Amino acid sequence: MSLDIEMEIKQDVLCIRLSGELDHHSADELRERATSTIEEHQIRHIVLNLEFLTFMDSSGLGVILGRYKQIKQQHGEMVVCAISPSIQRLFDMSGLFKIIRLEPTEQYALERLGVA
Amino acid sequence: MKNEMKLQFRALSQNESFARITVAAFIAQLDPTMDELTEIKTVVSEAVTNAIIHGYEGNPDGIVYISVALEDGFIDLSIKDEGLGIADVEEARQPLFTTKPELERSGMGFTIMENFMDEIEIHTAVGKGTEVRLRKHLATSKMLCN
Repeated sequence: MSLDIEMEIKQDVLCIRLSGELDHHSADELRERATSTIEEHQIRHIVLNLEFLTFMDSSGLGVILGRYKQIKQQHGEMVVCAISPSIQRLFDMSGLFKIIRLEPTEQYALERLGVA
Repeated sequence: MKNEMKLQFRALSQNESFARITVAAFIAQLDPTMDELTEIKTVVSEAVTNAIIHGYEGNPDGIVYISVALEDGFIDLSIKDEGLGIADVEEARQPLFTTKPELERSGMGFTIMENFMDEIEIHTAVGKGTEVRLRKHLATSKMLCN
């Protein structure tokens, strides 16, 4: 089971939809693709849709935190949506929800960022 | 009844999913809940990733050793490398501590292992390697009914 990464740009918002498993092995591809897209398209905000992510470990937390720091430099924000209870536990443990917002669906997340 | 299995493989990142899926498949005979299975898969992934990134620093010639023992509803996991070892274990166990921030490591590996398992022991020696031993009791194990 690998990771499938789908990206869509809506104005200055990058929607990243992940399906499959996000671990150390698959984190590298996500880091490279997200980093270059953010730079090339002057992205300010990220919506991370985890609806179809079946597994994640601390390597996923690392790459998500890394992208948060990247858009923070553009004074942007990150919104995570459709998170499963098991992955939410990892977010809770690491304190990521203190800096990253959580919304139930991608639609809500986009409305929060004013591009829906 | 006791059951055991051992597994060894090269320190390659593509083996991380192999390791956690194999351990989960072995543990399935205890009829764990989905949450328990996810917890076991996550801790195996954390410990194997540590062995690959920190123990062997990405050297694929390194070998990662896993053993799993099942007895009376207890799961005893061992994940071992013969790599660099950890100089300061207490520091390594601190939440968010990492020696490799440039690789965007979150520093949450040991914290997750501690949270998802009942017991954790870390045996390490600089230059010799690290063994992480983890224990968990399954809430509703079939083993108790056998």
